[in-house]
Amino acid sequence: MGNRADFYTNYFYIKKHSGVCFHLLINGWGGTLKPYDEEVIKKLDIIAVKIRRHVIEMLYRAKSGHPGGSLSAVDAIVALYFHHMNDNPKKPEDPDRDRFILSKGHAAPTLYAVLAECGYFDVKELKRLREINSILQGHPVSFHIPGVEASTGSLGHGLSFANGIALAGKADKKKYNVYVMLGDGETDEGQIWEAAAVASHYRLDNLTALLDRNFLQIDGNTEDVLRLESVYDRWSSFGWHVREIDGHDIDQILDALQMADDHKNQPTMIILNTVKGKGVSFMENNVDFHGVPPNEMEYKLAMSEFDMLLRKLEEAS
Amino acid sequence: MSKEMVNPRNAYGETLVELGKKHSNLVVLDADLSKSTKTIMFAKKYPERFFEMGIAEANMISAAAGLASCGKIPFVSTFAVFATGRVYDQIRMDVAYSNANVKIFATHGGISVGKDGASHQMIEDLALMRVLPNMTVFAPSDATQTKKIVQLMAETKGPMYARVGRADAPLIYKTEDLKDMKIGRGLTVKDGDDISIIACGTMVNHVLDAREKLLKDGISARIIDMHTIKPIDTDLIIKCAKETGAILTAEEHSVIGGLGSAVAEILAEKGLTCRFKRLGVNDIFCESGAPADLFEKYKLNAKHIVKTTSALLEQ
Repeated sequence: MGNRADFYTNYFYIKKHSGVCFHLLINGWGGTLKPYDEEVIKKLDIIAVKIRRHVIEMLYRAKSGHPGGSLSAVDAIVALYFHHMNDNPKKPEDPDRDRFILSKGHAAPTLYAVLAECGYFDVKELKRLREINSILQGHPVSFHIPGVEASTGSLGHGLSFANGIALAGKADKKKYNVYVMLGDGETDEGQIWEAAAVASHYRLDNLTALLDRNFLQIDGNTEDVLRLESVYDRWSSFGWHVREIDGHDIDQILDALQMADDHKNQPTMIILNTVKGKGVSFMENNVDFHGVPPNEMEYKLAMSEFDMLLRKLEEAS
Repeated sequence: MSKEMVNPRNAYGETLVELGKKHSNLVVLDADLSKSTKTIMFAKKYPERFFEMGIAEANMISAAAGLASCGKIPFVSTFAVFATGRVYDQIRMDVAYSNANVKIFATHGGISVGKDGASHQMIEDLALMRVLPNMTVFAPSDATQTKKIVQLMAETKGPMYARVGRADAPLIYKTEDLKDMKIGRGLTVKDGDDISIIACGTMVNHVLDAREKLLKDGISARIIDMHTIKPIDTDLIIKCAKETGAILTAEEHSVIGGLGSAVAEILAEKGLTCRFKRLGVNDIFCESGAPADLFEKYKLNAKHIVKTTSALLEQ
């Protein structure tokens, strides 16, 4: 299964490594062209593996949840919280903070693991995901999880919520930015396009959306369920500044985020070409792991893969 | 009782402008209906705090929640039918569940919208909003009360919904009458011993007219203006049941889920034996027509309130 997704994965692999990128040729690089410090990238890569480890542990323990879309979202969220965003876990209500909205709320484990590792709440809480009396609800809730900005889980709301934050920022002449992650399947929702139009109309250049383009949603490949391509052209025609990058390459993510912040008069959409289930061999591009947690054997296997990867990364640094 | 006619929508627009001066964090959103909802008054005075969101109500509600998360007091307006049913999920997640300080003020509620027909006659909004945890629900009865309720909404934290009708309405109150009005505390507009008629919104005027007619038949009706549907004034309902032994509810809304249901729930749970009847739209979609003709056909005018009251008291 997942042949179609494999095709696209290979397509983007080729695109990335051949140095030929259609949109790059058309639109130019426009990035900083200054490679990020290798140490920074390595540090973030290691954190990303640790977050993936948390995610699988949490889902295994909870015996429910969504591994595939949580794993594909990890690298961008790590880049945001551990490097790019201006936020302070000790001051979660700071009016000048940058905000992150996880519109694809089912990737909650990733957000929770990142928030805990950043210090928004105790890492021990992660063990109680989806349990009774836990602060960690199945999907993000804004009013009682420190660091969570918006209650999500019903798809299609997050970009609109981010619009509100961006409008407030403009009205108050604040310098903060708001970042929102959307699932690719999520953009089937009509509300996304209402929000896309409004963000563009108000020239919300303090708003950056990141699309977790993993090509899979519950019923199958996004192009079979409800065709999304050309994603680039869709967002571009809505008046957005669009970048398309490898969503697992921290260097590219950081560069795209900086470029989005610098871009004026338009909101930016960063299309993250990702792999659903990224980081666990048997979950990658496997839609069966959209909403099914690992069993004991799968859990152990995943842990050993993470251990191996961590060792490799740590040796290299 | 003064019979001066004032449109509650105008009262809303004017109050927004007044509150805008007092609260620099008050913002207003509309979905291409600002001329009808009267938010245009605010837009003209404070263009930098008015957001035209286009005919895209779902985005408008969620964006209002985003604004509220940044300390704004967003008032969101459109017709009742688009302000609730169309965006139920956005209100549920981003406003009610998140306990966001968003104020939804809907106009054109009920069947008195008239000739636009059932597509625009919202008769389920009070039910939809009442069922949401955290939500406060209002139906102001005249322009003076509209002003008071808009002030209370701006100055009280939490998710709130209010609806007014499209038409001009006779003034019931002077400003000083409502000086001490509180959220969740119904108003006894007229006293009476034989029956309590508990009404909300546009129906308060109709039941006041009916009261005059009933007096001629020797029936003294107590009139309660239940401007807050949720939280409902339980004490007042119990008091009415005990003192008058009969209750009629009246609302420009389906008989299911709104004011009548809220009162019935209290009566049943408190084990109060009391003659009881709900007057409203009887689980049916209405049609195009002049408001007065609709009120006659669907039995909501003073004449029918009198008939229903007499029949209830004869039971």
